Amino acid sequence: MSNFGSPTLKLRGLARRFGTRWALRGITMDVEPGEVVGIVGHNGSGKSTLLRVISTALRASAGEGWVFGHHLQREAVEVRRHIGFLAHAPGLYDDLTATENLIFAARMLGVSESTIPPTLERVGLGHARDERVRGFSAGMQRRLALARLIMGRPRLLLLDEPYNNFDPQGIELVNDVIQGVRSDGGSALVVLHDRRQGERVLDRIIELGRGVVLDATNEAKPLTLVPATAVPS
Amino acid sequence: MPLSHDLRRVRAIIWKDLTTERRSKAGFNAVAFLGVLILLLFGFALGPDAEALREAATGALWLAILFSGVLAFNRSYQLELDGAALEPLLLYPAPRWTIFAGKFAANLLFVLLVEVIVVPVAIILFQVKSLVGWAPAMGVMLLGTIGFVALGTFYASMASRSRAREVLLPLLLFPMLVPVLLASAEATSSLLAGNPMQDAGAWVKLLATFDVIFVVASFFAFDHVIEV
Repeated sequence: MSNFGSPTLKLRGLARRFGTRWALRGITMDVEPGEVVGIVGHNGSGKSTLLRVISTALRASAGEGWVFGHHLQREAVEVRRHIGFLAHAPGLYDDLTATENLIFAARMLGVSESTIPPTLERVGLGHARDERVRGFSAGMQRRLALARLIMGRPRLLLLDEPYNNFDPQGIELVNDVIQGVRSDGGSALVVLHDRRQGERVLDRIIELGRGVVLDATNEAKPLTLVPATAVPS
Repeated sequence: MPLSHDLRRVRAIIWKDLTTERRSKAGFNAVAFLGVLILLLFGFALGPDAEALREAATGALWLAILFSGVLAFNRSYQLELDGAALEPLLLYPAPRWTIFAGKFAANLLFVLLVEVIVVPVAIILFQVKSLVGWAPAMGVMLLGTIGFVALGTFYASMASRSRAREVLLPLLLFPMLVPVLLASAEATSSLLAGNPMQDAGAWVKLLATFDVIFVVASFFAFDHVIEV
């Protein structure tokens, strides 16, 4: 079921536990089409865990969520078709070249390999297309990970500290990607340490602390704040 | 999504794993060397008695394949873990069985290539002679390898999430491999001894049954063990 016009992302009481520790508790929020939401918070506040649960990399321990109307757990493959997740680590294969990494991604995503050369040019890696990733700097690896993300033409971006390791041109590139998805009616969740980093693209900011929503500033839509005591058992 | 798209993903994983392995080389060399080394050690332990060597040949060969194969299975997931690439792999919009199928096929090719080196060494070192020709014995080798690789790929995926995966994999895998190992060694011995219609036939049927069970069960269970 694909619900156009409904929220891009809908979370209801989402929680995730690692052993006995709750990394996320009762997260309830909506993200509307075209909206770019910043997630800020201290280390261990649950920012990255939230993105990983939405990406379906982690199962929620409690609560539910939908991406474009697709249930996070029951329709995980459909959810993955819509999301583009840029994690901390680039997740590349060191012994493959930049082009080969994208060939693999294209085949797994089911997209044409003809998109690879222009994508590499767009992220500024055209000159290094035949070089193995092992020799890439952290910033180049990050650009290649961004290229892989672009190839999937995602409608919901999940970006975990996307500006890390990027020079000013790289930061512009990230903002361009976000704006491109937004202008196509998609949305983005952007995890940031410093809320000033993404001020040019963010519509609102949600602050997490110890796995719960502490604050939502510049709110575009109502956000339910769930108290820490309402932890699902 | 059509099956052809999923099969394209399976081929992509095979291509990626084998290309990475071919580039690094160290993995294949180490695994093949370990297999040969185990055979040599068995040879030294058994002494120069030709008859004793022949009798122990199939057991020694399968153990060499088993121990070297475990290294290969661990490496298969190490490729993903080294660059934190397992999570992106799991996040492609594909059913998880495609990942298992790709890893299984790549590991199968890898172990068969190791066998291309290890088997001739075993034949020479243990002075093995076949009374019924080599083709049936190779068929048994293939059947045994399929069951072994299916289980190895499955348990390696389970162990890959653990920090103690090098220790955990043999502990999980070896007990489950007993039927495959037993059936493979017995069938190979029977065939080499020129007894294809009696003992060998029964062992081959048992081996084929185990293969079907292990491959099908691994395909279905993979989604649950790789999930976090």
